[in-house]
Amino acid sequence: MAEAANFKAIGTRPIRPDGVEKVTGRANFGADLNLPDMLHGKVLRSPHAHARIKRIDLTKAQAMEGVYAAISSADFPQEVTLSLSKNILARDKALYHGHALAAVAARTPRIAEEALERIEVEYEVLPPVLILDDAMQEKSTLVSEDLRTNDDESSPPSNIAATQRFERGDVTQGFAEADVIVQEEFRVPSAHQGYIEPHACVATSNPGGRVTIWCTTQGPFEVRSATAGVLNKTVSDIKVIPSEIGGGFGGKTVVYLEPVAVRLSELTGKPVKMVMNREEVFRATGPASATLCKIKVGAKKDGRITAATAWLAYEAGAFPGSPVGPGCMSVFAPYDIDNFLVEGYDVLVNKPKVAAYRAPGAPQSMHAMECAIDELAQKLDMDPIDLRLKNAAKEGTVAPYGPKFPPIGLVECLEAAKRHPNYVNKPSEEVGRGVAVGFWFNIGMQSSAEVTIAEDGAVSIMEGSPDIGGSRASMCLMAAETLGVPYETINAHVGDTESTGFCNLTGGSRTTFATGLAVVKACEDVIAQCKARAAMTWELDVEQVAWRDGQAVPKPGVNIDVDPLSLADIAKTMSRTGGPLLGRASLNAQGAGACFSVNWTDVTIDRETGKVDVKAFTAIQDAGRAIHPSYVEGQMQGGAVQGLGWALNEEYIYDENGVVENASFLDYRVPVASDMPMIDCEIVEVPNPSHPYGVRGVGETPIVAPLAATSNAVRDLLGFRINDLPLSPPNVLAAIDEAD
Amino acid sequence: MSKIYVSTTVNGRPEDVLCEAHQTLLDLLRDEIGLTGTKEGCGTGDCGACTVLLDDRLVCSCLVLAPEADGKEITTVEGIADSQEGLHVVQQKLLEHAALQCGVCTPGFVVAAKALLDKDPNPDEKTIRYWLAGNLCRCTGYDKIIRAVQDAAQELTPTK
Repeated sequence: MAEAANFKAIGTRPIRPDGVEKVTGRANFGADLNLPDMLHGKVLRSPHAHARIKRIDLTKAQAMEGVYAAISSADFPQEVTLSLSKNILARDKALYHGHALAAVAARTPRIAEEALERIEVEYEVLPPVLILDDAMQEKSTLVSEDLRTNDDESSPPSNIAATQRFERGDVTQGFAEADVIVQEEFRVPSAHQGYIEPHACVATSNPGGRVTIWCTTQGPFEVRSATAGVLNKTVSDIKVIPSEIGGGFGGKTVVYLEPVAVRLSELTGKPVKMVMNREEVFRATGPASATLCKIKVGAKKDGRITAATAWLAYEAGAFPGSPVGPGCMSVFAPYDIDNFLVEGYDVLVNKPKVAAYRAPGAPQSMHAMECAIDELAQKLDMDPIDLRLKNAAKEGTVAPYGPKFPPIGLVECLEAAKRHPNYVNKPSEEVGRGVAVGFWFNIGMQSSAEVTIAEDGAVSIMEGSPDIGGSRASMCLMAAETLGVPYETINAHVGDTESTGFCNLTGGSRTTFATGLAVVKACEDVIAQCKARAAMTWELDVEQVAWRDGQAVPKPGVNIDVDPLSLADIAKTMSRTGGPLLGRASLNAQGAGACFSVNWTDVTIDRETGKVDVKAFTAIQDAGRAIHPSYVEGQMQGGAVQGLGWALNEEYIYDENGVVENASFLDYRVPVASDMPMIDCEIVEVPNPSHPYGVRGVGETPIVAPLAATSNAVRDLLGFRINDLPLSPPNVLAAIDEAD
Repeated sequence: MSKIYVSTTVNGRPEDVLCEAHQTLLDLLRDEIGLTGTKEGCGTGDCGACTVLLDDRLVCSCLVLAPEADGKEITTVEGIADSQEGLHVVQQKLLEHAALQCGVCTPGFVVAAKALLDKDPNPDEKTIRYWLAGNLCRCTGYDKIIRAVQDAAQELTPTK
């Protein structure tokens, strides 16, 4: 890639502009804001997984000294029937252990907590629906009595909220042509996003009905619309100011506290702060769907896949809306398959409503498929990478979910893996190795950017994407490259919903792609204005001026003897040439460009304890173009370790009544530094033609492959497969004992 | 409810605070003194985001009661950089290695890693990983944090 060598800023690894604030404790996160005369809100949560709420009596709480308000769902607009609204505060039924029932605002957090204990709730405890298989039975207890599959009023109520099905070719014929067939079932447990910062907000409502919310979120504009929806307000009544965000991974794309804090502020006339504790985060937010995936794959002796079917059931939690859709669309995405059938089920259970978690839906279904592919490789005695190369999707392949792939990097990643020294060096006898492929669609959506030039030529970017992993640095690098000025002269700021143009959330791996595109276009707008100012100064036509290396210059052949005008030169005189320089762009970005990866895990197993240790992990991924390679690697490494945590230890543990038994970081064990090796990365660059620098999103794909890569490594070492995750010590030990 | 008088030193500055008996050292720092650099990730001593030094001992400030800070010296993330010298080498290396993404765990890592290097200026990878095992990071997968601490150690005590 000759052009890559010509970049000056892109591909370098400077320090992020918000870095010093974040290593010195100055950066303000969700819980860091305090306002004068502020109250503290707390939420009462259901101790039952499923119960009819017969009565909520708030009077004793309201009577407490220091309590300013106590509310339940009755204090919210009843005409709003969004499931979001019913999740924020339960109406007739509590649907999971942790479902919010009531809230109070008090002078101190302590008083608010004491007030919660005085709220009287009368329940009729109902049997909970906790297991996917049970929930799908016709005679199952119903989570919601009026839910009908696919909103079909002619069918009886069901826990199956939605089904989907898509197919291509003739699977019966395809399987008939196969020389080998693999058919297996896989379960993946529910995992929490595990962001270190709990949900937090401060809301204040003025007597005129204007609301301001400070909160930690991936999407301030989505908080605005969701809060307006729940409270039956217009979005223009609400201003949302995003704080720095302490991790989200999809879990901070929905609202839990904000409408409650607004309502409490409206009732008390004071600002109200609400901060979840960790137990609340586990019981009432996130998690990712638990799933049951049944896969059947057939192939010829040479490895060519002839047919595949997937039956995928995803827990939605207490309200419809699991990511079974993307699960279905991603399950076969890496492969060019003529005959397939995919069926998906969105299933209600008495557990927290699931939220997006990094590539939502894909880790579970692709775990199943990538394990099945590994079994196929075993049966065919083929190298797992060669088998994947034989079937890999490439430019022009019609994706199972519809569109024809533009340039994608799966083959390049697989070939890079085959060459990689970590792959070439075969593991020793005591080490198992497993390979898997990862994929995510990526999204574009709406972004805006404004680029302001100060009178000394310094560049200030205003955009609306909360910086969750160094995106300000990427924006500054793309601006430096486009404008041709040093990175150090640029700063990037995340605005609020009234200080910058509309911007969708930081999610779908869209920020560097879509908001980056807006920043590039806003910089091009600045360049156009600078060229016009230079033309005016030189008394030339604007067509006679070029922008080169951060300077306006006469185009070659224009007969004029002038010194180039830098951005700083033009800025210095801008009051005389037309006023402030402000570039802007707003767009709905198309062509996000799918992202593929190849990962392999090397593991050892302690046969006495069943503990699986990750000895080495290698991630290869197509970034399109790595704007700041360190932050691309950071996504790859962080996603890898989240995926390894899901593969090895992470799961929700419920008792028979649906009570979460491990709602703490002590008992819900995410990987710690001593659990993990270094995560080796290789970035492949197959530029995305829909972005001026070739960017494709990299944030989500990294979590997908580690699940199956780890399962396949354990299978390699044990000689038999453990189909279900997590591969935790008790599960692995039980499987070893059974095999003996 | 009568309050308890706590006389303590935070980042070298005397602080006299009236606390309630149930308040933690984390509450004292964040809510009474306004030092919000120390973060609460769990409140149960499992995540390390609230790590501070209490008389040179690393503690989770959420597990220390505020009155226990009486007569003690506390160092928080706000006290690590020197107003004259600038960032501590650990902070500088975390930035250079892009070892933070969201940054909410970073204050705890800064305090813990500095304490490690004060005690053992030349730790091996395993030592660093075990020393920092009480600090959760969900973004980075730890790789770049470990490398940053190794690099900081290297800068403090260059090997021949």
